[in-house]
Amino acid sequence: MLLCNEAAQGYGICPGMPVAAARALAHDLIIQPRDHKAEQAALHSLAAWSYQFSSQVSLYPPCALLLEVQGSLVLFGGRIALLKKLRAGLAELGYQVQLAGAPTPLAALSLARCQREQMVEEQHQLAAALTPLPISVLGWEQTLLDRMDGMGVHRLGDVLRLPRDGLARRLGRQSLLYLDRMLGRHPDPQTLYRPPTQFKHRLQLPSEVEHAQVLLFALQKLVLELCGWLQGLGAGVQIFDIALWHRQGRCTSLRMGMHKESRDAEQFTILLRERLERLGLQEAVIAVELRAERILKLEAQSLDLFEKTDVRGGVDLLDRLRARLGDQAVQGLSAVAEHRPEYACCYSEPGHSQKDSNGRQRPLWLLAVPRQLKTRSGRPQLQGELKLQPGCERVESGWWDEQDVARDYFVATNPSGSCYWIYRELSGERRWYLHGVFE
Amino acid sequence: MNLDALLQGADIWRGGQPSAAVKAVPSGFTGLDELLPGGGWPQGALTEIMMPRQGIGALRLLLPALARLSQGDRWICWVAPPHIPYAPALVNAGIDLSRILLVHPRAQQDGLWAVEQSLRSGNCAAVLSWPTLDDKVILRRLQLAAEAGDALGVLFRPRQFVQRPSAAALRIQLAPGIDGGLLVSILKRRGGWAAGPIHLETHGPLALHSRATIATGNFRSQRQ
Repeated sequence: MLLCNEAAQGYGICPGMPVAAARALAHDLIIQPRDHKAEQAALHSLAAWSYQFSSQVSLYPPCALLLEVQGSLVLFGGRIALLKKLRAGLAELGYQVQLAGAPTPLAALSLARCQREQMVEEQHQLAAALTPLPISVLGWEQTLLDRMDGMGVHRLGDVLRLPRDGLARRLGRQSLLYLDRMLGRHPDPQTLYRPPTQFKHRLQLPSEVEHAQVLLFALQKLVLELCGWLQGLGAGVQIFDIALWHRQGRCTSLRMGMHKESRDAEQFTILLRERLERLGLQEAVIAVELRAERILKLEAQSLDLFEKTDVRGGVDLLDRLRARLGDQAVQGLSAVAEHRPEYACCYSEPGHSQKDSNGRQRPLWLLAVPRQLKTRSGRPQLQGELKLQPGCERVESGWWDEQDVARDYFVATNPSGSCYWIYRELSGERRWYLHGVFE
Repeated sequence: MNLDALLQGADIWRGGQPSAAVKAVPSGFTGLDELLPGGGWPQGALTEIMMPRQGIGALRLLLPALARLSQGDRWICWVAPPHIPYAPALVNAGIDLSRILLVHPRAQQDGLWAVEQSLRSGNCAAVLSWPTLDDKVILRRLQLAAEAGDALGVLFRPRQFVQRPSAAALRIQLAPGIDGGLLVSILKRRGGWAAGPIHLETHGPLALHSRATIATGNFRSQRQ
């Protein structure tokens, strides 16, 4: 038994207990085998996330991360502010964490391992801080630790009191070097973690999920990891992809596109919520995945110093409308130099419009499809007889793309005073159509 | 807080005199602006335009204000318009098309959602919609959203809803006037009684072009 929850503890189960013994205490105990691969993946994704706090991150498998934060203190407004941010961020990601700090990597690691939230700032305080720790925090081989135990060495203080040559002889040169590194007597260069250039994280769900709300909760975690990684790189994304994995390898893919590059987790979450609500899940989801392949430079001007003053922050209205209604449902409008009335107006990307107008009199509303008008004694009717205003406009063009048009356009009013734009075909049955409404 | 400060507040109504603190967009029609608190369409509030039928000229009444608002950097959002807003006519009316946002939701509920989001976002100078449903709770929400986003929210509604309660800050009713003009009655306004009807010389739908050109000309000179 490695870990157990509170309910299991209530049955008297505790970490370190053999599985059989635990089962004897609670017959319906749910036991999950340890997944080393998943642990490793989690450590890597946390490393990517914590890259926003330090450009010098090192992995200490299975469950420790080392961040060089001295250089980041000014950026984050001091030690306390940095720790607060780290703690809040990790809690949001759903991790329980033990934070400790020291002037040397191994000392910080030892403090964290013995679950002391301790921050040792000065080198000369180091020995005193380490003295009371049990030797297990060294993470050495169990046989070595057992041997030390036999020698009456239980705490780090006991180790440090031993004469150096005796230590080297009994525990080996490696152990002495370890202690020297821990105390800062010997340099301890780290193998630095390099963040990947693309983001791809997958999260196995603890059970099958059918509700968008629960799914959002899981995706939110991936979004936070994505944003932490982007922050560390000084980058943003305009597109990211979500894959919702079902049983038997089936997958629902969603592409999330934004109007501008961003790394605002709140914005991404809101867009995802709109999208998921609209989705209507057909099948239960067993794993979620987030991929971001194309990252764009997005300088922050120390975004975090000024808490959310980034102009890109907040959800763009366009993105929000499109996330829920679909891309096609949100359009801009262009006026194009074109004789055929239906082609003189077209949809375009919002904010990018052509503004060509021939200056002629045009109705404010155009019918998407012209409506054929009834006639009485050859005169067009629309809630009464239509009275044609003097003057007509002949529109004849488009033969080159087989969308040819040959019409006479009139302005007409009906008895109640409404004003319409109508046309008559120049060939064939010479029918009358309503094409626009003057408002 | 002294008395002056109290009287400046938008929530204090002094009989007979519109509150000075109201933000408004000039409608471009002098006769109408004189009746409207703040001298124009209320910004950061909901306006209901009740009309007997489509095509009476309700949109025309709004064009000068839309032309002015399109000179800014916020959207003019049309949610589920009854037909295609015809771009050449909008250009003729002096509206900058690059500020136009058209939203075509499939379901009515999505439409109301889009109106509320657009009003509330702060990214829209004006939001136009043609809702067919009558629900005072929704109207109240839209009014609050318009306040939050400082948007001119306009609902074009059929005349049969005139008697229904509404949280809109301004409610006006249209009827056909003489020579293509419009009869405008103010049913409800902030800081004043119902008023009108007044007759507006909109010179009919066909005079749109020349009229709007004059109107935008004025805006330019005011902006300088």
